[in-house]
Amino acid sequence: MEARATAKRVPPSNRVPVSLLVLVPLLLIGAAIATFVALGGPGLGERTGPPVEELAVERTVLRPDTIALTVRNEGADAIEIAQVAVNDGYAPFTATDGRVVGRLGSTTLEISYPWIEGEAYRISLLTSTGGTIEHEVPVAAETPAADVSFFGLMTLLGVYVGVIPVSLGMLWLPFARRVRDRWLRILIAFTIGLLAFLGIDAAVEGLEIADQGAAAFGGAELVLLGAVSSYLALAGIDSWLSRRRELAARESGAHALGPYLALMVAVGIGMHNLGEGLAIGSAYATGALALGAFLVVGFAIHNTTEGLAIVTPLAKRSPGLRRLIALGLVAGAPAIFGAWIGAAAFNPSVAALLLGAGVGAIAQVIWQLVPAMRDGDGRALHPGAVGGLLVGIAALYLTGLLVSV
Amino acid sequence: MHLKLSRRRLLAGGAAATPALALLHEAIPHEGLHRALGGEQTTRAEAVEAGAHVSHHARRTPHAGFAPDRQVDHRANGFNPTDLLRDYDHGKTRRLASGRVLREWELVASETEIEVAPGIRYEAWTYNGRVPGPTLRCREGERLRVRFANGSEHPHTIHFHGIHPSWTDGVPGVGERRGGGLIESGESYVYEFEAAPFGLHLYHCHVTPLASHISRGLYGAFVIDPKRARPPADELVMVMNGFDTNFDLENEVYAVNTVGFHHLNDPVRVRKGELVRIYLVNALEFDPLNSFHVHANFFHYYPTGTSLEPSEFTDTVVLGQGQRGILELRFPYPGRFMFHAHVSEFAELGWMGFFEVA
Repeated sequence: MEARATAKRVPPSNRVPVSLLVLVPLLLIGAAIATFVALGGPGLGERTGPPVEELAVERTVLRPDTIALTVRNEGADAIEIAQVAVNDGYAPFTATDGRVVGRLGSTTLEISYPWIEGEAYRISLLTSTGGTIEHEVPVAAETPAADVSFFGLMTLLGVYVGVIPVSLGMLWLPFARRVRDRWLRILIAFTIGLLAFLGIDAAVEGLEIADQGAAAFGGAELVLLGAVSSYLALAGIDSWLSRRRELAARESGAHALGPYLALMVAVGIGMHNLGEGLAIGSAYATGALALGAFLVVGFAIHNTTEGLAIVTPLAKRSPGLRRLIALGLVAGAPAIFGAWIGAAAFNPSVAALLLGAGVGAIAQVIWQLVPAMRDGDGRALHPGAVGGLLVGIAALYLTGLLVSV
Repeated sequence: MHLKLSRRRLLAGGAAATPALALLHEAIPHEGLHRALGGEQTTRAEAVEAGAHVSHHARRTPHAGFAPDRQVDHRANGFNPTDLLRDYDHGKTRRLASGRVLREWELVASETEIEVAPGIRYEAWTYNGRVPGPTLRCREGERLRVRFANGSEHPHTIHFHGIHPSWTDGVPGVGERRGGGLIESGESYVYEFEAAPFGLHLYHCHVTPLASHISRGLYGAFVIDPKRARPPADELVMVMNGFDTNFDLENEVYAVNTVGFHHLNDPVRVRKGELVRIYLVNALEFDPLNSFHVHANFFHYYPTGTSLEPSEFTDTVVLGQGQRGILELRFPYPGRFMFHAHVSEFAELGWMGFFEVA
């Protein structure tokens, strides 16, 4: 066998380098495209109808007497924005990057209009072909200037809804450490229930937001891509770390997985809180959100349960205060970044991708947690676990009723 | 993050959680958050006081209008609305053996792309390449002959308002035996009838779907002068129209004589004290009513122009679809005087202009 295989092999001296073989199809594609273009697309006629014009409004900024819309062309053809009407009245405007927007290009329309706080506006963008793209401003409110005090406010909000509740929730650690193994498994199930709810929530939110973004960038695909990518990335990191973990486990016993799992849970929750921050920040920036105390209190209750999820895997350890603080920040601080991004540079497509990434991260964390939920017989869905899962889901559903952003 | 109004109210309503509010205040005092937490409690007066919404009047434009940096290309359109104001097509006349005057016109229907607002091109259907079609002008009692050639891709007719036999009425299904009725693409027909009654009328295509054929631009003013001419005046034709550029059965652009806001930049020039006579026709589709209002002046109104006695002395007149009337007025003061639809929506979507009195 071996001899025959060797005999069939081409002598190395005659072999073309692998790197060149990779290039051959690419070069042929390039040549084919060049010929096709040079010949003016032989065999293809004109389009069968008028171009379908699609514009997505990615950002709305209201300043005194000005409404600025950042639009992106998500259709196949260039679009010329000829006129702008606000509430059935033409309004003068300028376009920072020109009135003609190429495919996937964007421009910002500075519309001169004496808008009034609290009123609703329907903005019609009329294209050169007479088509209209409608955009609504449900409640006009001045967009906060992205200055230091504004970022300070967003930071404070992030701390309120992210860092503080999560940290408070982590104070359940002493409780988690005292409960018996059977109850700990139920707590883990509870944690998984919480995470499952967050994952579903993030997925639904992501799909909703993806709808607002430029369809050309992919709507629902972005959420799925984000989810798959982050799941795979975390799985990759996990297998890379597994050797270190095995060593650590040999040193200090079966529960060495704890800190690692806690970190993973914190990362998953952090991704979720990033999405929550995005929602709050962008809603605040568009004036669609009144920051009532109710909202902050609601988020606090909602997110406190997340703290319990982080410390449950640490029940058999005595983690240092520094590690706990770090975990709290990993889970809570993304709410701050989310609020910044959401308020200052909100882009639906990016937000959808980020929310998708959160879904993937949460799925990976659940995958990691399932072994810890198994009972002595190796069953994952034992009655206690099922109870824990359901209570976890219910807890977030019910506290989620307090806040809807 | 598309928040609905109801949700906003719900959140705002929650601000009643005052004890928690106080607690948070104590914990972390922060000016910005303080105001934010107040949410709806901040009254509008306070907001204004705080300078939250100080209008920058300097940047404000005086009235609705298009972006100032571009104009409609009238040359490409083939007509300038200012010229249409005083453009009357008297046709060709000759005297018949009976002594009557025979007046003849030729109208050709075609598709013509026109710019109805700066940068917005519309595939119009036109009589003689313009919207509105030519203002046909004749005298009561004359014999009229209108040769119509349909050079358009679609079937059309010309339906004249007036008193005439059914076969020359320009309605599909009526008059086909005499070659009339629906005029298919590439065909032609001669409408022949007497000029009656005197007044201000209109003509338009009468092929279904009606709103579609008319709103595309197939209409024009039709003036029948009384046997004893009206007093000399500076006579203006204003056909109030609109364009549904996105075909959603609502007009995007409103105007007199097609181009929105045209007379804001190029006012209608008239002389102080001179009698001005306006032939006002409402050719608007989709909106049931249109109106005309002139500033700082009043006019005598002759509904349909069929009487030589005015019915009203007013500054605003409301016209339904196809309604028309003659306005007579003199401007006692020099300066700029606005005229527009008193339907504010139409005014701000293009139906607004100035008289410049010198």
